[in-house]
Amino acid sequence: MTARLAPLFEACGADHRAALIGYLPAGYPTVDGSRALLRAMLDGGCDLVEVGVPYSDPVLDGPTIQAASEAALRAGVRLRDVLSVVESIAAAGGRAVVMTYWNPVHRYGVDSFARDLAAAGGLGVITPDLIPDEAQDWLAAAQAHDLDRIFLVAPSSTDQRLAATAAATRGFLYASSVMGVTGARDVVSSAAGTLVSRVREHALGLPVGVGLGVRNGAQAAEVASFADAVIVGSAFVTAAGAGVPGVRALAADLATGVRRHAAQLA
Amino acid sequence: MVTVQPATAQPDARGHFGRYGGRFVPEALIKALDQLTAVYADARADPEFIARLNGLLADYTGRPSPITEVPRLSEHAGGARIVLKREDLNHTGSHKINNVLGQALLTERMGKPRVIAETGAGQHGVATATACALLGLQCVVYMGEVDTERQALNVARMRLLGAEVIPVKTGSRTLKDAINEALRDWVTNVDTTHYLLGTVAGPHPFPVMVRDFHRVIGLEAREQMLARYGRLPDAVAACVGGGSNAIGIFHPFIDDPGVRLVGFEAAGDGVDTGRHAATLSAGEPGMLHGALSYLLQDSDGQTIETHSISAGLDYPGVGPEHSWLKDTGRAEYRPITDAQAMDAFQLLSRTEGIIPAIESAHAVAGALRLGPELGPGALLLVNLSGRGDKDVDTAVKWFDLLEEHS
Repeated sequence: MTARLAPLFEACGADHRAALIGYLPAGYPTVDGSRALLRAMLDGGCDLVEVGVPYSDPVLDGPTIQAASEAALRAGVRLRDVLSVVESIAAAGGRAVVMTYWNPVHRYGVDSFARDLAAAGGLGVITPDLIPDEAQDWLAAAQAHDLDRIFLVAPSSTDQRLAATAAATRGFLYASSVMGVTGARDVVSSAAGTLVSRVREHALGLPVGVGLGVRNGAQAAEVASFADAVIVGSAFVTAAGAGVPGVRALAADLATGVRRHAAQLA
Repeated sequence: MVTVQPATAQPDARGHFGRYGGRFVPEALIKALDQLTAVYADARADPEFIARLNGLLADYTGRPSPITEVPRLSEHAGGARIVLKREDLNHTGSHKINNVLGQALLTERMGKPRVIAETGAGQHGVATATACALLGLQCVVYMGEVDTERQALNVARMRLLGAEVIPVKTGSRTLKDAINEALRDWVTNVDTTHYLLGTVAGPHPFPVMVRDFHRVIGLEAREQMLARYGRLPDAVAACVGGGSNAIGIFHPFIDDPGVRLVGFEAAGDGVDTGRHAATLSAGEPGMLHGALSYLLQDSDGQTIETHSISAGLDYPGVGPEHSWLKDTGRAEYRPITDAQAMDAFQLLSRTEGIIPAIESAHAVAGALRLGPELGPGALLLVNLSGRGDKDVDTAVKWFDLLEEHS
């Protein structure tokens, strides 16, 4: 089956630009507050939002997202709230995928979660601590409910693992630009471009998104020059401190960034 | 002395014990885990590696550790004869050194100059700092801020040994969060750093590798029991947090159907109070720190904060092999409250002149309850996994409180 995100990447490709993907955890600072912030990301120019599932033990996240996840959990967010946030985004015509550590989905029931996410209008799931080797249940459920499965690769991934991970992926492949946890960085790692080149050898035709570290339009333009999608997380969490206007402004800056490369080509 | 044995039927090649175990970690760590798996497989087939490890275990750690029958304690155990396996007499004061020396030699073999570790009670941190001093490795230990306070003596010991101790201020500020922080460090510095995990949890190959390094406990004890008593024990008891000392003493007895294997978990204020760390008694299967195993979690899959007077057992997860042993019925797991453990802590001190670690006091408390079930003359082998020097401060507070109210 065609990827649910295929139309997005086709449209961006026609514009000769990378897609802009923004992350925020559902329930931060509150469930309704996160609805408004995610809407602001789309209004500001994000092509797709990653709705994060706050989790008690986020081992791939740096201090910014850790703090937001803790705050959301303290405020009482539940997995069913995450689904309702996805539903409201989809109902307003936005595209959403869920980003989640695996245990909340395991606990909910993998097939039930896939069914409910698909019913809510979600398009897929990004799984930072689930590798294809352990994902038999999820691959079957994603197939059954027509959801994209977005796995991660890293600079340390061997060629063999790049190929195997790409083969299990649908939608886009998420390339971690650095070895490390999430968090805005001043400089885009040189490892990102190298990794994307390696991925392209093993994942013919599969879009590649680059995340971990991007925080402004200039960095977005740099990443957009070699990737199919620019993924921004921690910087949006920080911007959320300034509310809807802060998030909308960051999205607009980043959206200009991903178009700068196209403008240079034209 | 044979310390490293061929793996038995469990786990499978990808680290699954039945449905448990596996690798639920970021892809960024897979290369390092594959490297560790390969280097470990190579090392255990290398006579030089085995000889070097055995040499350290004998000359540095002081193995074999003795077994000690404790008749005055046994008077409180319904006629059963309690025999302690004295891991408390190892260098650094607990069983933790067995695994640490093995992994430190593997670190050297991988050519990595830096070691990180998590610690709860500080016993694993002290053992790691010790091995790093011995082999000239850089050492960073993550320890929950709550634990740095209640185990201050061990913080000082680690610093004396040249390790950097980083107090972890996130989450519940205990062992679980120390592991989270160590994993974040590892994913950032994996090229230069080995994560010297201290228990039989975590992603493959840690559960099987750490178990293999601790099997020496059970292998020795089995021979010692046969030599002294001419028979195997009727039951083997151990405390279970992550489960390393328990799996170390249980494993060589798994194929002896006449030997009951009983693990004792930290029940804190009591399993029914919600303030406990009794994962196998009250948990449900889930993923934490890289493996599927029993887990204390809420209905949304969020890890629940635990409570135990024992920093080393204050952990919401447990090694995957224990989950498999529970489900298959080969081992049983029971809760011991803070109060029961502290009573046993005092009783062993006063009847036998042995001050146990509070972790190990859970096993002693369990043995006092198991004894009457086994009946007169039964032989009950208890793993005394560590000594209690580090716990004197906690004990003073605990017993002073009791005296005020008595």
